Parts: sequence; C-alpha cells; structure tokens
Amino acid sequence: MASITASHGDPHAVDHHHEETNWFLKYCWSTDHKIIGLQYMFTGMAMALMGAFFIYVVRMQIAFPGHPVPGFGIVSPAAYNAAATLHGSIMIFWVAMPLIIAAFGNYIIPLMVGADDMVFPKLNRLSYQLFLLSALILIASFFVPGGGFGGAWTSYPPLSASGAFNLTPMGSTMWLLAVAIEFVAFLVGGINFIVTAMNARARGMSFTDVPIVVWMIVLSSILFMMSVGPLVAGAVMLLMDQNFGTHFFDPKHGGDPVLWQHLFWFFGHPEVYVVLLPPMGIVAEIIPVFSRKKLFGYRTIIYTAIATGVLSFFVWAHHQFVAGIDPRMANVFSATTVLISIPLAEMCFAYIATLYGSSIRFAVPMLWALAFVGEFLIGGSTGIFLGASGADIHLHDTYFVIAHFHYTFFPIAIIGTFAGLTYWFPKMFGRHLNEFWGKVHFWGTIIPFNFIFIPMFINGLAGDPRRYYSYEHFPQLATPGLQALRMTSTIATVVMLGFQVVFLVNFVVSLTRGRKAEANPYQANTLEWAAASPPPHGNFPVLPTVYRAPYEYNHPDREVDYWPQNEEPKEAIAVVSQAASEEATR
Amino acid sequence: MKVQATSRTAAGLPTGKLAVWWVIASEVPIFGGLLASYLMNRVANPGWSEGLEHLNLWIGAFNTLVLISSSLVVMLAHAAAARGDGQKAAARLRLTAAGGALFLCIKAYEWSVKIRAGHVPSAGGLWQYYFSATGLHAAHILVGITILLIVAAGAAKGKELQRVELIGLYWHFVDVVWVALFHLFYIVR
Amino acid sequence: MHEPSQGANAQTVARSVYLAAIGGAIVVMLVVAFFILTGGIDRWIEKLIPAASSFAHDVDGVILLVAGIVGFWFFASLFTFFWLLWRFRHHPGNPKAEYLSTHEHMLHQWVSWPHVLIIVCDLIIIASAVRVWYIVKQTMPPADATVKVTAQQWAWTFVQPGASGQLGTPDDVKTTDELHVEVNKTYHFDLEAKDVVHSFFIPSFRLKQDAVPGRVIQGWFKPTATGSYDILCAQMCGVGHGLMGARVIVETPAEHAAFLAAHRAPNPATPVARTAAAQ
Repeated sequence: MASITASHGDPHAVDHHHEETNWFLKYCWSTDHKIIGLQYMFTGMAMALMGAFFIYVVRMQIAFPGHPVPGFGIVSPAAYNAAATLHGSIMIFWVAMPLIIAAFGNYIIPLMVGADDMVFPKLNRLSYQLFLLSALILIASFFVPGGGFGGAWTSYPPLSASGAFNLTPMGSTMWLLAVAIEFVAFLVGGINFIVTAMNARARGMSFTDVPIVVWMIVLSSILFMMSVGPLVAGAVMLLMDQNFGTHFFDPKHGGDPVLWQHLFWFFGHPEVYVVLLPPMGIVAEIIPVFSRKKLFGYRTIIYTAIATGVLSFFVWAHHQFVAGIDPRMANVFSATTVLISIPLAEMCFAYIATLYGSSIRFAVPMLWALAFVGEFLIGGSTGIFLGASGADIHLHDTYFVIAHFHYTFFPIAIIGTFAGLTYWFPKMFGRHLNEFWGKVHFWGTIIPFNFIFIPMFINGLAGDPRRYYSYEHFPQLATPGLQALRMTSTIATVVMLGFQVVFLVNFVVSLTRGRKAEANPYQANTLEWAAASPPPHGNFPVLPTVYRAPYEYNHPDREVDYWPQNEEPKEAIAVVSQAASEEATR
Repeated sequence: MKVQATSRTAAGLPTGKLAVWWVIASEVPIFGGLLASYLMNRVANPGWSEGLEHLNLWIGAFNTLVLISSSLVVMLAHAAAARGDGQKAAARLRLTAAGGALFLCIKAYEWSVKIRAGHVPSAGGLWQYYFSATGLHAAHILVGITILLIVAAGAAKGKELQRVELIGLYWHFVDVVWVALFHLFYIVR
Repeated sequence: MHEPSQGANAQTVARSVYLAAIGGAIVVMLVVAFFILTGGIDRWIEKLIPAASSFAHDVDGVILLVAGIVGFWFFASLFTFFWLLWRFRHHPGNPKAEYLSTHEHMLHQWVSWPHVLIIVCDLIIIASAVRVWYIVKQTMPPADATVKVTAQQWAWTFVQPGASGQLGTPDDVKTTDELHVEVNKTYHFDLEAKDVVHSFFIPSFRLKQDAVPGRVIQGWFKPTATGSYDILCAQMCGVGHGLMGARVIVETPAEHAAFLAAHRAPNPATPVARTAAAQ
C-alpha cells in the first residue's frame, strides 16, 4: 500500500481543514470516491481470482474425470456443483458488478462531471462496506458443515429451499444472504451515481455534454433499481422457506416452484443489461480517443440504451420456455427476445461507424475496446438461436447457452474491465502500464478465450447439458470427438488463466516503477484528464466549467486534434455544443 | 470536510430529495413483487378468504388511522422546519415516531393473537404472505422510526432542517404501502 | 488547416465498404453451398447427434435458418469492422481523422437500412420459431400409447401400458432408467417430478421439457429411427444431476412386442427390475 501513498500525491493539497489521518482512516475508512472505487476494484480482482480458480477445478474435472485436480484434489459431485455455482455467482455479483459499475463508476463519475466527490460520501462508504460484508459471508459459506451452496446461481426451489434436497442447508442460506446484501449495497451505491450525475455536474455541462460512460452507469443503476425489487421479495420468501417453514415455493403445500423462476428472471434479464451498459460506455470513451474521431450518434446511443433497458423488462421468460409455463406465452417472449437485438445491434453499428474516417492507433486500451465489439457481436448473434423458441427446445440448458453467455459476459466483465483499467491506470496511479506486456496479455487472453468457447457451441449442439460432473456415462456424449473438444476448452482455459499472471505482474510493477504519467497523456477531452494524475482529495483545485461536448476531436477550427471540455473558448461565440454541431450537419 | 457536490442542484432539485425519490422508486418493485405474488396466489386460492375472515377489520382500520395521523404530524413537522423552527419540528417528528411505535405495538399484538390461534407463517398459503408482507412493512416502519429520531435530534439543535422533509417523504411512502396492505388483506377479502 | 483528403474520395470509399459487406456475404454463401453440396446442413448436425424423431428436422430447421440469417449479418458486420480497422489505421497515408465524416447521410443509410432489413429478418426467424414451437408444444397428435415419466433424485422411472393398452391397469410395464418404444408410433408422455425440478431431455429427439414437482406436464414424440439414445436431466437437481442418465430404446414392432411380452409382470404389484442396458 505504500506505493499507493506515493502515487496519490499529497492528499492535503486542496483542503486545509483536514486533520492528520492515519493509514487506516485514509485507506479503509475513507469517504473519498477514488479510494472507495479502488476498494471495489481490488476486492473485485481478488474475487475474480477465486471465481477463476473454481472454473479451473470444474474444467479439469470435465477433461480428466475422476482424476485429482492439481491444487484441489479429487472433485466430488457436491464439490463440483458448488464450484460451478460459485463460479457463476462470484463472476456476476462479486466481479462484474463491483469492477465495471462500482469501481469505475465511483472513480470516474465525479471526475467526469467535474465534481469534488460523490454527493453522499458517507453513504458511498457504507455501500462498499455492505458489499465487503456480502463477499465475506459468501466466502464463509465455503467452510460451514455441508459446504458451499451447489444449486446453480439460479437457485431454483425446491432444490434450494430444502437441505434435504441440496445437502447444504447452511451454505444455501448464507449464499442467499450474501446475494441479498450485495443487492442492498448496489441499491445504495446506485443512488450516489444517479444523483451525482444529475445534480453535481459542472457549470455549463448540459445533459448532452455528459460523457457516454456516465450516462451508461446511471442508466444501468436505474435499471438495476427498477428490476431487483421482485427478486429481493423472492429472496425474502426463499429465506423464509429455507429457515422458517413457509411453503412459498413448495408444491407439496400449495406453493409453486415456477413463481421463484419468474421473480428471479424478471430481475435476471434486465441484470444482463445492467452489466452490459457500463462497459459499452467505457468502449464509447476509448474509441474516440484512440481514433481521434468524434463519436458517431451520441443521441442514438443513449436512446438505444434506454430502449434496450425498457425492452429488457419484457423478455424474461425466454429463460423459461420449457420450464412449464403456458406454451402460448412462449411465443410472445420469443418475439420480444428476438426483437430486442435491434437496439443493441444499432449501438454496435454506431461504434463501428465511428471508425469510418478516423485515424486509429492500436494502443492497448483500444485493442481491448475493439475486442469488446468483435466478441460481443458473437455473443449477441448467438443469443438469437436461444431466443427462437423452436430452437431453444434443443439448446436450452446445454453448453450452447454457456458459450453464448460467455461471449457476452466475458466482454462485459473481463474485456470491459481490462479496457477501463488500461485506459485509466495512468489517471488512477500516476504511472503508465507497460505497453508491450499489455499487448502480450491482450493476445494471450483473447486467442485462448475463443478456443475455450467455440468448441462449446458444438458440444451444446451435440447435447452436452450444463453443470454435468462428467460425460462418461452417456454413450452418445462420451465420444472421442466431443471429449477432444472439451479437452480443448480446458487447455485453453489453463493457458488463458496463465496469461493473467502477465497482467498481474505488469500491474504491480507499474504501480511503483511505471513511467510517470502526466495529467492528460492521451490528449483526451473529458474532464478527468483535467485533474492531476492521480487527482488529489477534492479532485480539482478549482471546479471546472464546461464549454463543449466531450468528443470534439479534429475539429476544423482547431490546430490540435482535441478540444478539452473545460478549455475556455478564445472568443465567446466559439462555444460549440453537441446540439449545435448536429444541427449544422442535418 | 463538507463536499461541494452535495449542495449542487444542476437538475433543479436538492440532492437529498432526489435521493429519497430514487429510494422510494426502488422500494416499489420490492413490495410490488411480493404483493403481485400474493395476488396471483390469492386469485388461485378462493379458499383463503376463510382465513382472511380471522383478520380483525377494526384493528386494521385503527392502525391505518394511526399511520395516516402520523403522516399528518410529519407534514406539520416539515412546515415547522420550513419556517426554521427546529425545536417544534423535532417535537413533531418525535410524535410521528411515537405513532409508528404505537402501530408496531398493535401489530405485535395482532400477530401474537394469530400465532396463538395457530395461524403461523408455516401454516399455509395465506399466512406466509400475510406475515411476510406485514413483516417487511414493519421492518420499514422500524427503520423509519430510527431515522425520524436521528433527524429530530439534529433538528432540535437547528441543524440539517432540510432532512425533515426527506424523512417525511419516506414516511408517506411507508404509509401508502400500509394502505395497500390494508386493502389487500383486510378489506378485499 | 484541415485537409479534405478523405472527403474527396467519398465514392471510392463507399464502394470499398460496399464490397467488404458483399465479400462477407459471399463467404457465407460459399459456406452454405459447401454444406448443401455435401449432403445438406442437416447431415452435419446429424453427424453430431442423430435426428430420430418426427420433429427433429423441424427443430434443426430453425437452428439452421437462424444460422444462415444471423451468419450473414455477423460476417458482414465483422468484415466491415475489420476492413474499417485496416483502412483507417493511423499511418502516413492517413495521419488525421475527419471531424464528423462528411458522409453523415451515407452513414445513416448504412445504419438505417440494415436496421430495416434486420427487422424483416427477425420477423422471419420469429415466424419459423413459433411454427415449430406450435408443432412441438401446442399440439398433441393422436397417441398410439401414453407413457408416464417420473423424475426423481436421481433416476427416471417409466410406466407403459401392457397388453391391455391402458395405462393405470395391473399389467402396466414399469422400468427404471430405460424406456422402450416402438418406431413410428406416436407417444404422449405425462411428466412428473417427485422432489425437485428436473428436465426430460432426449437430444436425438430434440425433445426437452422441465419436470416440475406438483404438476403433470404433457408432451409428445414420434420416434422415426431405431436405436438406443441418451436421456439426460437438463435442470440442476442436486449432487446426482450428472449421474441420472437413462436410455430410450427405439425398437421395431417385433422387438417391441417381444419386450412387452417379456415384461408381463407376474405379480401386478411388483415393478419390473431394470433390464441389462444394451449399450
């Protein structure tokens, strides 16, 4: 941590009323949004290592069934189910959400809107503490009698409601509590994002001057708030079924297991857009900077994000086509699901269109941003197979689904995180990451990634179900060809995980030995680059005033190819707003 | 250290008020989800009306009166705070909290009567919904009482008077939720 | 002063983007042609997993239609994407980006028109999916026999009518983890679960239906090819989820009659033990 002290500069530069604080108060009890953002980031990264370890165990068991896994031992069916369940739960709730929403949201939003902190700093601290509590409860659940919950991240009752069925009574309750507390943490945190973006914007920053990533995190928070409620209710009901003898989901006493599924997926589907929008925002920041070109279709991107968010409330039962719902309902949901691809496709096309007429530099952040677009295209496209109800009969709960959602989730959680991290590392730590090793890490992640999941499409078509401990007992699935594909996925997993060491080393070494970074090393426009690298407590000596939209690159009236939002205009009439420039070109 | 961001109003509303509205917005789907599940099950189980007969309409109505009155009192507290009269606002906030406490006592009595009669959460369809809905609501009342007292303590010293309106908004929301519960469980049998 | 270098060659560039998209489409068409010429794309899915029921080809048809349409758009987008990355990379011939491409109108066309075409493609996909869904899940062709399928932690039990032809009579044939059916006969199934949610999945039939405790869910299938096929549970159901496999054995009329005769239960109350699995 001493290295962070060094690279944060003098935290007392701005505020002279601050008393001397000790290490604990400064780094563990801080209300500074930057520290809280870093707390989320480091916690998320630690949880990612845990989630990665679990899937390593799972993949090794599939490739070498019955053999002891190095670093773990023999995998029992119960341990396998727990590893698969925890991999999914951890990656979504304790890696994707803290990294791309809370870490970047907390660090970047006040800087990008030109504020000195979030509007509710103490509430912000509380949100992280709740989040940390939820992570600790989850980790504790591994060590209780019976072990961690193994009923899949979807936790369908009656399996999840009764220890007699799942054999992990304590683990199930702790898992559910951890998820519920994590939801509360993000509800609390989301309020800060939304109100800060609405109210604490710098003078002169209208809503159309707000950078896309801020819009996306705000929209994501609103979507989360509107969708999580029914699942909170469902979690209360399931907790009561588990521990207080109620029968909300118990068919033997008048309950209905499918009710849980509806409550879960009513949240579960909007949730994937909750996690999708922020990294799309990060990519929208990176592409203009490294192609030196104004973002195409600012308003289009925002409208399609809103449209996607609204439509996401009407597609949830595509997760339940064969679950026992009324078959007529399936047709409605199939139609809405296939159609929701349209606003999403439009967003991707807007990013691709930005490249037209640009001058692209392939720096490491740009590589990650471009990889996001390419890989997500695969994820989005393969979703159509599953949204088409007739096809989903065969593909539901097979490895085809796993491949599909990893082609969406991996860009979201991992590529998006690396894009944001490599982009904002100089701002956060005052130093540069090593570019060469950054490229090694990039290719060492992306190439194996495709070798992990493309075989899974084939395995899924052949009928490999999800969450299977091994395929040895099924003659049609235990063929050498299919097993070779599983082996490919496993080897690629190990290779990809191995390359993450390159990133970790690059990260740690660059914290203290990286090339020192100036305030605006990329010559970008948005307000965070107007602050020092890293910014002091209070961010800006004087809060900035905004004169223009965020993506004015290569403006014809300028000598240099960028135009920071807070740079004062030479003459009063030179103020160019987003609306005015769009007007001119209509 | 006072953060400048907290007092900015670029969207025209004070940050505290914006925050409370967003909190209320996120709570609506929580109760909505629980009550929608209840409604679907209620429609499918006409036999539950027999159990609902056991709920005492008069106690429910009295509780509703208590909460609505306390909402009125909290509005008066806001009026006092708007005038800058912290002492009066604090007294009225504490009266509101007392109303909430009275509500909880009556609810506790009601619950104990039901439990002694064998109508427990694990007894079956209707009762698990009744106890979880009223329990979730009661938890929100308890949190509300706590915040009322904290804001009252500050208001009595003349500090942070803008928070009186904010806790009032939350209290009104909790009141509205109760009115919905009262209708669903006590009136529309 | 900003040079209007790129702007001057608007038409050349437009033509290049057009060609890139066409290039992508040509690749897809070549791939499709390859599959058709080698015996049909169905055959390739069937190499992975046989199509042994009357609606298997219908389900495969939806998968392939989606693959064709989505494949076209995917490759066209990807080609355009990579072409743009190459064409507009920063190099001495392309030192400066434009401010708002002077081809805003053209770009809007490149986004708006594909938009409309995509909607049309989506409607085609929806229609195809709904048609097959209707056949499989919303119709129940007249049955030659009904089978009761029960899922539990962690085994499948099947009850079929015996010589009487009626389910629920003392001569019912009960089996565990093995279902014997006759080729080209239509079966209804009544699916139940004893404890948690399971799912009745026969990949070779393209059949899947979740088994929900507290309900009896009906479906149908008509096997069209003899052979022995996997039955799998497709919903997490506990530690035995991956171990509750079963087999469906599709027999000729003669074989099936022999099976039923051999399993005429001596004591109607005793369920028949599991037969030695023919692998």
